[in-house]
Amino acid sequence: MQRRLITLSRVIQAGCINFVRNISLSIAATAVMVVTLTIVLFSIIANATFNNTVQQINDKIGISVYLKDSVTEDQRNELIGKFKGLSNVKSVEYISKEEALEDYRAEKKAENETDALIAVAAVENPLPETIRIKPYDPLKIDDIRTVLETEEVSKYTDKTSYSGDRKDAIDKITKATAFFRKAVFGGVVIFAIISMLIIFNTIQMAIFNRRNELTIMRLLGAKPWYIKGPFVVETMIYGLVSAVISLSLVNFLFALQSQAFDASSLGLLDISYANDYFAQNFWWFVLLQVVAGVSIGAISAMIATKRYLRVSQGGKKRKIRRLFKR
Amino acid sequence: MILLDRVTKNYKKRKTPALDRVSIHVEPKEFVIVVGQSGAGKSTLLKLLTREEKPTSGKIIVGGIDYERLKDRDVPALRRRIGVVFQDFKLLPNKTVFENVAFAREISGASNREIRYTVPKVLNIVGLKGKASSYPRELSGGEAQRVAIARAIVRQPKILIADEPTGNLDPKHAWDVIAVLEKINKYGTTVLLTTHNQEIVNRLKRRVITIKDGRVISDKANGSYEL
Repeated sequence: MQRRLITLSRVIQAGCINFVRNISLSIAATAVMVVTLTIVLFSIIANATFNNTVQQINDKIGISVYLKDSVTEDQRNELIGKFKGLSNVKSVEYISKEEALEDYRAEKKAENETDALIAVAAVENPLPETIRIKPYDPLKIDDIRTVLETEEVSKYTDKTSYSGDRKDAIDKITKATAFFRKAVFGGVVIFAIISMLIIFNTIQMAIFNRRNELTIMRLLGAKPWYIKGPFVVETMIYGLVSAVISLSLVNFLFALQSQAFDASSLGLLDISYANDYFAQNFWWFVLLQVVAGVSIGAISAMIATKRYLRVSQGGKKRKIRRLFKR
Repeated sequence: MILLDRVTKNYKKRKTPALDRVSIHVEPKEFVIVVGQSGAGKSTLLKLLTREEKPTSGKIIVGGIDYERLKDRDVPALRRRIGVVFQDFKLLPNKTVFENVAFAREISGASNREIRYTVPKVLNIVGLKGKASSYPRELSGGEAQRVAIARAIVRQPKILIADEPTGNLDPKHAWDVIAVLEKINKYGTTVLLTTHNQEIVNRLKRRVITIKDGRVISDKANGSYEL
């Protein structure tokens, strides 16, 4: 037990010393890891931000059902109950004639369309009672539509907002957002895979450069773990250091951005949301980066050292011969 | 101490065997010189003894260990029991002289205290007391070779194999190295030295085994260089 502890402490010590003594190699490998980890981190944040934007768009998608003036309160409540019972329905909101008029006025006022305001004031409230339905999944909005088209419902309604041009627009938006969601997620996965390959390759090159050391240690009779260990520790330090640098870098960039300009949104990417998302999940990112950096480093080192640790070469193919004897 | 019985080693890319039915028996505490030109099979012989390679056929027993029965995972332990000095020194470039020698003890699980005690002593024997904190790149060939010897003997092996240890050295340094080997042999270590330095062979007056084209062509006590 004590001997194992001595071995472990020597392996760790050797790894740390190697990191310092091979400083140029360490810096190069760490720099590559910083870049790749940062790209992955950014793509994760971008993915979340994009999803948020998509969510905001989807939240605006809903169906307004306009009721006939003849509909009684009981009939209306029955309809609302029916809609609420549907599985894809997130919320059902009732808007009375008066509320609809108020909304309309506020909207026109904001747009400075006085003609419309005057026109609406001249007549009795022309706006219908409305039920607004918001779906969970805009892609499955058809389920709701089928219910709207049934005889029991359509006899109470004038028309719905989910028809004609609007229907096309909603369908297009939902399809596009669904596609972009997948595309961005795919991008994150691809970046992560490429990063792993780059890190693996960098470490493999670093170890290839020092394969003589591995051979010498092997010839002196060091056990495989005693040889591998310091390299694994060293690459784990690369991972740890690069995770810290990468996080500091991203943190710094966000801080710099909020000082430099107040861009609440830039195209599809809502930077302030990205900033909040990063700040809120900061410790998760710390954990993710450190675990990813350290484990990718360690695994790469283990794989890369393996080929230089074969005990001996050649000799009789004993196993094969034994098989033939049987 | 060392027994080779009709050992043959073939390489895939060579038509003739590197070693052809070689039989050698070395007694404990003996000092044996293996002579042969480049490509005669000396290095192959040493690689077989350190189990860097396995023989195509034949039996090898070193210090009572039958290589045929040796499992791969026991090879490191075997290597720790044999001291080896290589022609190209094979020092670890990122470790100091002290650390290079200490490494040989570390892998055997020696305590730090013991290492601090033995390593300076061994460096003293090979005359490198003041170079403990130098790196291999700062040493001359002779110094580097003496570090390699220090590393081999710090484990007090029963067998020391020296593969052309003087090959890269000038005559003065070469004799320094030979003197150290003789000293170690005097303390009771079996020494197997390969060389093609005629002067060293003739002046040492030890048992000389001559290898040519993978075969032992002569084996004489008190021998001389005969190629």
